[in-house]
Amino acid sequence: MNNTIQVATLPAWAQAAARTLPLPVIALVLRRLVRTVIAKSPDILDRLGNHASVTFLIDPTDLPIQFLVRPNSEMLVQCRRSASRGDYDARIAGPLAALIAMVSGELDGDALFFSRDVLIEGRTDAILSLRNAIDAAEIDFALEFALLWGPLKPLAEDAAHFVFRVLKHLSGVDMAQRRIQAE
Amino acid sequence: MSARPRLELVCPAGTPAALRMAIMAGADTVYCGFRDETNARNFPGLNFSRKEMEESIAYAHDRETKVFVAINTFPRAGDIKPWHQAIDDSVRFGADALILADLGLLAYATNRYPHVRRHLSVQAAAANPASIAFYTRGFGVRRVVLPRVLTVQEIAAINGEIECETEAFVFGSLCVMAEGRCSLSSYATGKSPNLSGVCSPASHAIYRQEGNELASALGDFTIHRVALDASAPYPTVCKGFFSAGDYRGHVFEDPAGLDASTLIPQLAAAGVTGLKIEGRQRSRAYVGAVVRKLRHIVDDYAAGLQIHSGCLSHLSEGQNTTHGAYRKTWR
Repeated sequence: MNNTIQVATLPAWAQAAARTLPLPVIALVLRRLVRTVIAKSPDILDRLGNHASVTFLIDPTDLPIQFLVRPNSEMLVQCRRSASRGDYDARIAGPLAALIAMVSGELDGDALFFSRDVLIEGRTDAILSLRNAIDAAEIDFALEFALLWGPLKPLAEDAAHFVFRVLKHLSGVDMAQRRIQAE
Repeated sequence: MSARPRLELVCPAGTPAALRMAIMAGADTVYCGFRDETNARNFPGLNFSRKEMEESIAYAHDRETKVFVAINTFPRAGDIKPWHQAIDDSVRFGADALILADLGLLAYATNRYPHVRRHLSVQAAAANPASIAFYTRGFGVRRVVLPRVLTVQEIAAINGEIECETEAFVFGSLCVMAEGRCSLSSYATGKSPNLSGVCSPASHAIYRQEGNELASALGDFTIHRVALDASAPYPTVCKGFFSAGDYRGHVFEDPAGLDASTLIPQLAAAGVTGLKIEGRQRSRAYVGAVVRKLRHIVDDYAAGLQIHSGCLSHLSEGQNTTHGAYRKTWR
């Protein structure tokens, strides 16, 4: 029985749709999201320690957008179409669904690394530190995203859950999870 | 048919979130360590602050789950305070056992806290009855975590001659060396699990894409080169791919994880009390999946049912599992 994890990339139509999203707006939303998450779970910065000043490139390989994240800086998150090696200290790359499943605690980061769904480059210690800090924080991204929308929270939460469900289905993450739970 | 023992499932937690996940998935016991060099999983971003340890032990006890605290590195000369503090705090927080390796720390815990269970860490590499008797008689050690270099037959022979419980690794990363005495990581990086709490530290692990290969290096040493479609390994020296004389390959061990779940009946028959899952450095997703699976197997075995093991290889290094030394013939 083949029980390796293999996360599919987003279909071409979704990638094309993502290309139309304006980078400054995405950066603004993500900055607020990350700021809220850190304010709620300050332990993230404790666990990161000196690695909070590392610049991470979060690189969803099936999206035409990359995210530069420096946890202890004012800017927190910047968006790029294509970052160059000099822009970051550590890179975590993989299909969007794999990255979300990892930070949501749904799939194991090491297993995704073994299967090559997730690739890393640069400061391995900083990447490990970030993975551990996020895993410890048990972040519910759909809820955190919804909280940004004030009175529209219930609507935003439903929308976020719907998008995550579709993403998990398209990528095969939901099937991988079901298989692991059935075992 | 005689009643089968229900083996104690001893599960890893690198964070309070993983501890809660382990308990939810069915752990009898969780083991963990403080966020410093006093334990052998001193990885960046991992482990428990004092407050987290106190709260996590209370959380576990409320759910009838035990917590063992690993203080299983060897103190530096002239700087023993962090280790003594770790013992003092663990006892104050109500730890169910201290997992120790160093003789001085065993003496400290025995003299100060004779009522608290002391377990011998695998880091002490006690692999024969005489060695184990030294720890049980000298320091009242109640359980020994057996090194991963013993066969099932050797474990049975040891259990027939000793006065304490034994705990055997059943799943997780496989160390094939005499633990506590291995200096390979120290040679390559200056840091070892014995003194710094890290084997092949992430600060020295480098992954490089080189043409059609992924090269993984530890410090100045390239440990592996694997094709792009092959499973990615950790750069651990003992599982490296080397040339030695006419031989080219994995000299000591392949990049593979231990899965001895099919051997649970034999380990039970050999007199083992606890089954230990390795992986405090892994995510709560790993902890949940492995504990859930092992819980089923242990319960099925105790109930006299046929056990269904395997299926966890995707969580293992190299996406490949081995019985390790339990069935090895190379030793």
